[in-house]
Amino acid sequence: MLRYVLRRMGSAVPTLFIIITVSFFLMRIAPGGPFNLERPLEAKVMENLNRIYNLDKPLWQQYLLYLRNLARGDLGPSFVYRDFSVGDLFANGLPVSIQIGAAALLLALLVGTALGAFAALRQNSPLDYLVVGVATFGITIPPFVVAPILSLVFGVMLGWLPAGGWGNGALANKVLPVITLALPQIAIVARLIRGATIEALRSDHVRTARAYGLPTRVVVVVHALRAAVLPVVSYLGPAAAALLTGSIVVETIFGIPGIGRYFVQAALNRDYTLVMGTVVVVSIFVVLFNLLVDLLYAVLDPRVRYD
Amino acid sequence: MSIALEPIPLDAPVRGRSLWQDAWARLKRNKAAVGSAAILLVMALASIVGPWLWPHPYDRVYPQYVRMPASLEPYPREERVLPELEQTLKRGRVDVIAVEMTDSGVRAEIASERGIDPRITRYVARNDLFSNPRIAGTSADGKSAVIEADVARLRFIAGTDANGRDLFARILIAIRISLTIGLLATFVALLIGVAYGATAGFLGGRVDNVMMRVVDILYSLPFIFFVILLVVFFGRNFVLMFIAVGAIEWLDMARIVRGQTLSLKRREFVQAAEALGVSNRAIVLRHIIPNTLGPVAVYMTLLVPKVILLESFLSFLGLGVQEPLTSLGVLIAEGARNIQGARWLLLYPSVALALILFALNFIGDGLRDALDPKER
Repeated sequence: MLRYVLRRMGSAVPTLFIIITVSFFLMRIAPGGPFNLERPLEAKVMENLNRIYNLDKPLWQQYLLYLRNLARGDLGPSFVYRDFSVGDLFANGLPVSIQIGAAALLLALLVGTALGAFAALRQNSPLDYLVVGVATFGITIPPFVVAPILSLVFGVMLGWLPAGGWGNGALANKVLPVITLALPQIAIVARLIRGATIEALRSDHVRTARAYGLPTRVVVVVHALRAAVLPVVSYLGPAAAALLTGSIVVETIFGIPGIGRYFVQAALNRDYTLVMGTVVVVSIFVVLFNLLVDLLYAVLDPRVRYD
Repeated sequence: MSIALEPIPLDAPVRGRSLWQDAWARLKRNKAAVGSAAILLVMALASIVGPWLWPHPYDRVYPQYVRMPASLEPYPREERVLPELEQTLKRGRVDVIAVEMTDSGVRAEIASERGIDPRITRYVARNDLFSNPRIAGTSADGKSAVIEADVARLRFIAGTDANGRDLFARILIAIRISLTIGLLATFVALLIGVAYGATAGFLGGRVDNVMMRVVDILYSLPFIFFVILLVVFFGRNFVLMFIAVGAIEWLDMARIVRGQTLSLKRREFVQAAEALGVSNRAIVLRHIIPNTLGPVAVYMTLLVPKVILLESFLSFLGLGVQEPLTSLGVLIAEGARNIQGARWLLLYPSVALALILFALNFIGDGLRDALDPKER
């Protein structure tokens, strides 16, 4: 097991390296630069800025420099948020994004599993159709429609919750963003669980468990659901990485100071270091969660072995 | 020379049904899929033909009708016409004695101590509510006259947007753009994914390993980052941009096709082709790819809504299609900004988008069920 984990970690390094390299050079191919403002800066000022940020060096030297700093854990200064280093920005924003994302993930897992399992147990009943319909609805309505509507209904019309803002992490401020983020995930999890449970209920091991006279509750929870969560686990790996690293839409609409916003802003502003920082953080999350998924698989499915 | 038609013998063997015929029959029985296909077809036709037939061009601005709520009643409202006419005429410094509605427009009796200048009609013409103003009759002393003008009655069944453009016309054009983008990007993804996956699966071995490793790496690239870079790079040319999106979305397709190919290439008909000396290229093109089309078709119908959603998402961030052209995402983003005062701006485009996505999802699910051999 430990050897497997170490080997996987080892193979992640070249992947990360390639991602960083591709992103670095792609970013630089794009026209414009961080200091190309609408009103051009004076030539001398520009020259000084470029020298301070090492932008005057040849590209390969900048690349090596970036790699060296990265190896030391230094993500560099942000070009646009001048007073902050990229590390500072993430230290402030990442916990916020993780809180919201983790809450949404948990909510999606609980509600989605419950809905999916109930629908599967009553296949082709009105309840089943209702769950499938709601799930399709949840998948098709994008968050940028859901978010303004929730904000309008619960924030403005009913006045129960703040329509936006972070409020230093007050619980009330987190409710709407978490729901917005969780809705599509609930829908997907419910669909996956429903499909897999239906299949699992027909499988031999469940039939055997029934034949032994085990109570339905035990059969469903211990034997059917355990097999049914496998597709959810493999779906949730990348999904969890995306949720925990923040959503641009939700953070923009509800005004949440997470890291989801940085990506688009930074790419548009050509804030090279911030873009690279985001790429690095997101990729690490993706790699980490893919590894986690594979390990969970071994726990859940006794047929999978990593030796 | 004539060809005699052979009579069908009565004891002919029962004709077997092919997998495709079977699937088609199953698909026809799926009411949700058939209904969705009908809805989608209607929407597609409306978006192609609609903009020509609809009285309002999608980019025509009606400055006096900004953010008009959706309604079946024509604008201007009856109660607004006469006061407007009175006010307009007063600007021409004449006394308004009476105003009334006529069948085709409005009619006003005016008088002035200094005599009526026929150029008074210009004041009326300047108001967008009225057109073709004319002096219908002047009194003998020239101090009073009757003015007639036509009133253009406009219907905005989905209301107007913040610039005074007809929302329904914009939704029609948006559906056209969104569907085009979805199909275009899906087609690109199909082309690359099928070619790549079939090649990797067929060649196998080390080539396959390397090719799929590349896919794995591309998979872990933050995908939005790529799209944003492409948008920055290509400018906002939407055709190029969605070729680019298609070029990114091919990864799943490649995996699916590769998996299919791996199992197909051990089948007898492929081995027979190999034994006959058919070139690799021809085997892939003639034997492997046509047999992978089932799962590919299913994936395609599910990819179209994905791309449409992605486009809306980009438009929401302000990176999508540019004005005056529009897409559902652009309209929804505008609606979300105006949600406090003008809810119809969010409502109708969202409904259109949801309908399309629903329909495509149901068709995809129906296709999957229909093509699944276990369901026979």
